[in-house]
Amino acid sequence: MSESILTAPPSGGAPKVSKISEAIIRIAGNSQDGIQAIGGFLARLAGRSEQEVMTFMTIPSTISGGPSIFQVRIGSGEVLSSGDDADVLLAFYQHSYENHIDSVKKGGIVLYDSGHVEPKAEWLNDYHHVGVAISGLTVEAIGGTAKDKGKNIFALGLIAKMFDLNIPKLEKLVGERFAGKDESILKNALAAFHAGYAYSLGNLIETFQFMESQKRSGHQVVMNGNEALAYGLIAAGVRFGAGYPITPWSDIMELLRRELPKYGGSFIQCEDEIAAVSMALGASYAGRVAVTGSSGPGISLKTEAIGWAVMAEMPLIVCDIQRGGPSTGMPTNVEQSDLNIAVNGGHGDSPRVVIAPTNVEDCFYTAIEAVNIARKYSVPVIILSDQAISTRIEAFEEPNLEKLCQDISPDLTPVAEHKPYNLAAPDGITRHVAPGTKIQSGKYPIATGLEHDELGHPTGSPKLHMQMVAKRRRKLQALGESLPIPEIYGPAEGNVLLVGWGSTQGPIREAVDRARAAGDSVSSIHIKHINPLPPGLTNIFAGFNHVFVVEMNDEGLYGFGQLGGLLRARYCDPKIRGITKTDGLTFRVREILERAKATVAAGVRKL
Amino acid sequence: MSSPIVDIPPRVGNITVAEVAPAVPTAPLPDSERKGLTKKEIAADHPTWCPGCGDFSVLALYFKLIEKRKMLHEQITTVAGIGCSSRFPYFVQAHGVHYIHGRALPFASGISLSRPDLHVFVFGGDGDAFSIGGNHVNHTARKNINMTYVIMDNFVYGLTKKQTSPTSPIGFKSKTDLWGSLDQPVNPMKQLISAGATFVARATATNPNHLLQMMEAALDHDGFSVIECLSECVEFYEGAFDAANPRKGGVFSLVPPEHDVTDEAAAYKLSGDPFPGHFGIFYKVNRPTKNANEAKINATLKEKVKGLKDWQILQRNFDRLK
Repeated sequence: MSESILTAPPSGGAPKVSKISEAIIRIAGNSQDGIQAIGGFLARLAGRSEQEVMTFMTIPSTISGGPSIFQVRIGSGEVLSSGDDADVLLAFYQHSYENHIDSVKKGGIVLYDSGHVEPKAEWLNDYHHVGVAISGLTVEAIGGTAKDKGKNIFALGLIAKMFDLNIPKLEKLVGERFAGKDESILKNALAAFHAGYAYSLGNLIETFQFMESQKRSGHQVVMNGNEALAYGLIAAGVRFGAGYPITPWSDIMELLRRELPKYGGSFIQCEDEIAAVSMALGASYAGRVAVTGSSGPGISLKTEAIGWAVMAEMPLIVCDIQRGGPSTGMPTNVEQSDLNIAVNGGHGDSPRVVIAPTNVEDCFYTAIEAVNIARKYSVPVIILSDQAISTRIEAFEEPNLEKLCQDISPDLTPVAEHKPYNLAAPDGITRHVAPGTKIQSGKYPIATGLEHDELGHPTGSPKLHMQMVAKRRRKLQALGESLPIPEIYGPAEGNVLLVGWGSTQGPIREAVDRARAAGDSVSSIHIKHINPLPPGLTNIFAGFNHVFVVEMNDEGLYGFGQLGGLLRARYCDPKIRGITKTDGLTFRVREILERAKATVAAGVRKL
Repeated sequence: MSSPIVDIPPRVGNITVAEVAPAVPTAPLPDSERKGLTKKEIAADHPTWCPGCGDFSVLALYFKLIEKRKMLHEQITTVAGIGCSSRFPYFVQAHGVHYIHGRALPFASGISLSRPDLHVFVFGGDGDAFSIGGNHVNHTARKNINMTYVIMDNFVYGLTKKQTSPTSPIGFKSKTDLWGSLDQPVNPMKQLISAGATFVARATATNPNHLLQMMEAALDHDGFSVIECLSECVEFYEGAFDAANPRKGGVFSLVPPEHDVTDEAAAYKLSGDPFPGHFGIFYKVNRPTKNANEAKINATLKEKVKGLKDWQILQRNFDRLK
């Protein structure tokens, strides 16, 4: 990884211009200050300039107010994570300054609102302090109207100056953001932006220029994980959904509610989580795979219905945007602690598919894959996303929508006869015919939660129960065998293999890069298909002395995180150990490296 | 991208909410000579109910309704939750769903909202409707989702062998209320009216002609139509509805002819009469259905993307995300 070159304070004198390959900017304020908007502008600008970008944000779970941060990492080369340490901290308040100074590189820049922040003497040597009366100057620029609204846009101007950003492109973005609103709002925003840009940072600071991006792709799109997931579902052909609001899933239902009618579909807000999953299942049964979703608490409520979907072999997409649990937990923090409920939630033997997207782009493609697996295998598929990936903005290569968009309308062509739960079907895969389909034999099937015969009629036969249980298992075994073997990031043999899943792919890969640059033998794999697991893991694990499963959940009663426990049970390999954490924040690269080192040093525990 | 996109055989046909004509109560027949389905054609498994159960009558009249209205097998979808009465779909030779306890209504809503070409019927008991699924009744009524719901009310939990139900009268002795039920029973008519149901009727399994009339009226209603049908559990609450059965010395009292079915307050008042009360349509108003409201939104939004293929509509969003 190319490190930013913000290593030494500027020597004074004339402002110098440095070429940089990447920068990490952390904006800290309160949730109502519009700091997410600044981050959004920067991310979108990076996308339009063919640069890579990744963001990270925290939001308070209060309705209004409370400290919040937005971190943007922009790079001309590959950006894998939102970055550990910031090059620039933009602090709006004293608490923003004091709580986040630790996240700034030694020698980095602290840009603060001198109207609200009193710099501390002990930090003046380590960081380059630049005070600007952001609030006061914003009020001045806009013309003394209400308070300091618009200071975020003023600050954007300052950052644009500091990094020599493309002003026309930014103006266009600001214009798009306020399009359709009162004209004075855009006028004020642009006034604040220009005031910030024109503010003389003087000799205090050097300015920077991003190197030309090495990317030569066509176009990039910029969005967060929830948007990517929702658009992926639309591309996949999903036209019906039902949900109940819960953070951080609500954005998906809001987007689908807004968009689906254009395609002749609907998204229904339900009275509760159970109604939502039931309504989605009704629509799936009616012939077209539907979606429901939630976060942990809602998934708990949906488990009985998901069990029905397993039993009736009904395709369904369930999005679980994980947050800190159990119970109401930490609604605006990230955790990967729903893996167990996704894989095993509910009573009885109820195998289902669980897939975890690894980055924002992957959210889009995972949605399509999930829909197609649900259809092909007549099974509920849980998409295990999380709070971090849902709110993270990334730029990625524009998908070929013409090629990817699929029509999955139901086929109502009459059939001669139909047995949905045909035991002789290849791999035990059920095919349903949608209601409305004439069945010429006159024998119609029932979709049911009772153990049933091949037509769906109830049975108490022990033999049929054994056969049907096996049938529901067998089709997922067939799916498992067809999955791709995970790619190894780094050499296929070495000392340490880091195993991750979900949103941690970026920091884990960056950890591998750094470790290898330092001469350590570290590789990684990322498991996207959680249930069923992909083939080939036994061989991969055999190539390493240590296998550490890195995940954001508790080490559990026996010392493993949730995927760690599953892998231990599946592979019985004592090399598998866990690197887990529960602080509600995404993994830092440094954190992974330190923990891996310590775990190697601790040696294998006798159990 | 590395994601494997699983190969799916292409399907033909295209049904979207906006494009399909809603089901009309009388089936448009390809052949006007065609007779309705016979009982033999529409009956599936022999019912598992106890001899003498009121539910037999409801099933027989459902068959009659299908025959009389010349509905086709494939147009009918029968949905149920859990309970004795909820075994219903297995006894009907048509597409059917036996879902989980109390949640048949949202499931049926999913069918109704995505497939306006189907007749959606839901059958269930008082436990499904007023206990575990109570809130779904309220919200399906409020949303006025197009379907017909027959609640076979027997005032007792029969499948689990005699526990108190939400409609058990005070004093009813069950295995969970050995000294007599203590809790105020739900008044189904009152709950349905106050929840915003647009068709609320009451019937009894012992008066088949009247029940069929109610079923036909419910089928013809555009919206969420509900019938509470008293259906005796001869095993665990024998004689519960004798007071409504002239053959058992009771009185079958129709809704008074002067009752205005669009008068909510009058309907509510009528619901308060002591058992056995009245039978017939208590309340019936026309309010736009959820189905129609959603279709309207679709029509408006589709107008804005007229002529575009699905991928081009999505492309517009992506163009804004650049």
